Amino acid sequence: MAAEAQVPTIMKQGRVTPWLYVLPALFVMSIFIVYPALNTFYLSLRNIDNTDWASAACVAGEPCWGVLENYRYALTSPIMQTAFINNLTWILLMVSGTVLLGLLVAVLADRVRYESLAKAIIFLPMAISFVGAGIIWKFMYDYGSGQVQIGFLNALVKLLGGQPVSWLTTPQINNIALIVVGVWMWTGFCMTILSASIKSVPTEILEAARVDGATEWQAFQGITIPIIWPTMTVVITTMVINVLKIFDIVYVMTGGNYGTEVIANRMYSEMYKSFQTGRAAAIAVVLILVIVPAMFYNIRRFREQEATR
Amino acid sequence: MKPAKTPRRLRNWPVHVLLIGLCLVWLVPAFGLLVTSFRPFQAVNDSGWWTVLSAPKGQAEYEQNCAACHGPDGRQIAAADLTNPELVQNFRRSFTLIAALKKDINDQPHMGTTPVPNEQAAADIATYLRRLSGIDAPPRFTVSNYVDALVGYRGERTYEADCAAAEQALDLNCDASDLGNPRGMGRAFLNSILVTLPATILPILFAAFAAYAFAWLHFPMRTWIFALLVGLQVVPLQMTLIPISRLYAQLGLNGTFPGIWLFHMGFGLPYAIYLMRNFLGSLPRDLFESAYIDGADHWTAFWRLAVPLAIPAVASLAIFQFLWVWNDLLVALVFLGGQNPVMTYQISNMVTSLGGGWHLLTAAAFLSMALPMIIFFALQRFFVRGMLAGSVKG
Repeated sequence: MAAEAQVPTIMKQGRVTPWLYVLPALFVMSIFIVYPALNTFYLSLRNIDNTDWASAACVAGEPCWGVLENYRYALTSPIMQTAFINNLTWILLMVSGTVLLGLLVAVLADRVRYESLAKAIIFLPMAISFVGAGIIWKFMYDYGSGQVQIGFLNALVKLLGGQPVSWLTTPQINNIALIVVGVWMWTGFCMTILSASIKSVPTEILEAARVDGATEWQAFQGITIPIIWPTMTVVITTMVINVLKIFDIVYVMTGGNYGTEVIANRMYSEMYKSFQTGRAAAIAVVLILVIVPAMFYNIRRFREQEATR
Repeated sequence: MKPAKTPRRLRNWPVHVLLIGLCLVWLVPAFGLLVTSFRPFQAVNDSGWWTVLSAPKGQAEYEQNCAACHGPDGRQIAAADLTNPELVQNFRRSFTLIAALKKDINDQPHMGTTPVPNEQAAADIATYLRRLSGIDAPPRFTVSNYVDALVGYRGERTYEADCAAAEQALDLNCDASDLGNPRGMGRAFLNSILVTLPATILPILFAAFAAYAFAWLHFPMRTWIFALLVGLQVVPLQMTLIPISRLYAQLGLNGTFPGIWLFHMGFGLPYAIYLMRNFLGSLPRDLFESAYIDGADHWTAFWRLAVPLAIPAVASLAIFQFLWVWNDLLVALVFLGGQNPVMTYQISNMVTSLGGGWHLLTAAAFLSMALPMIIFFALQRFFVRGMLAGSVKG
């Protein structure tokens, strides 16, 4: 953004010209992002169909947050509590899973000749939709009540002498099962960015460390990790934001049933299944409030990185 | 320095084992989908996809119980030729077969001293007999799942079989017009293209204009507007759905293509402008200066200079926006719904309405993935570059 000085003074222009270039885009963005965002704030304070303030829904003798009534639902209702806990589980497991596996693949692939092939395989799920991935994994998790298991995982469990598991309907297990799908999809993203960062580590420093008798692990811990750490934090925060918005996997695979609800899916259900506009808007506001800190941190880190480059 | 003389390749074996192992884990799920989508529906629900190359169902039981007398091909006893459909037709179910096996033949037990097989084995043998006699002999691989998915077939057999018997469902005509069936993936594929192409081109065009102005033109509050624009990237999709669908309801844009184009455009713009502005801003200043000295106006400079030079950035952006729109479910669900179903919508609908129709689901899923995969493999370079440039996108 420090580009003010860059513009050549020689470029003569009319007063209107720049706006002709900028205004179409600004207009579209105001209608599709700025207006709806503000409107969602407003709707979150209104009742079910925007005919009165949310406080109108209060019943005497029952807890009520007045005009913030929808937020009482968004923050304290059991289903939203479940969603918060699940989103937290998603963050913990999916972010650590994708970052660690991505780092592992990036490091391993750096040492073999078939690097690009291996990376393409890990990256491939990034190109397909969550819906496609949902089908792929629903099939992996298939649970047959009879003798034959056509789901790969249950066939494996049976082969090892265990009892087949209904992966997607058993509470707790189903959340892990969904997170595995997320990890499968997003590890390629972490791998690609971390791999580029690892390759920027100067080989002379690594060679010098090896000459001094450092083991591979010591060199990795002492040199590579500190150098790639800023990139790691950007990847981690980006993943946190992505995970907070997770919707499709849950929608396709369990529909948020059996204790797998997440914030984004709840918002969709409130709006388009229960037609609770106010509640849905409040959930959307909660979602952006959770995301904003991560996003600001991310932009700041990115700028610092740009500045030191 | 290096103590041992072991070849490097061998010393690295844990690396290879781990890496290849991970790659296999990553491939198996998608491979299972691919294999299943080419198996006949009779086989998909009977056996796992990894058994696709093993012997047909019931063959082992047949050889154990029946082959000694009837022969491996079922023709050995002429009076009871098991390749004769009319004979086998009488033993369609396991209990009719067991009853026949328990009956005496010429005052001798049918099976001699061998015990009569249990129900499960009998059912498998019955399946195998149907295969031997040609009543129901599905091939190992078939493309009929893809045909069925494309035309939106929902019956018990296959589209081809129904059409051959002229017993097709009311919404099917058994000609090329079936590809337009609103329930099918063929129509959905077309809809996906109709949604994705404009939703990719429009935002990039608008963003290119704006980015040029942000990079090379003076206007008041330029820095502030750009900062605001960077900030807009944080707004999650969910935040905008409700007001826009209310607005669309008033304007009659719900369920229409222009509605979804505009939404994707609005939502894709902040990131697109941000990326293009950074790219155009990094071009050498002299280039533009000399163009202006030579008398070029901004319109010329934009089309002749900025756009051709920005092709790499445009390529990355285009791939991203294309895949994002193509793979999107949420926006399509809200703004298009069933009026103009796209592929993701169609599949997510099939999940709920079909339950275990894996042969159709796998084919449909693969159809929706084919194009992204081709783009990914063909343009991997731009894809990766775009991702590295834009790792802050929310």
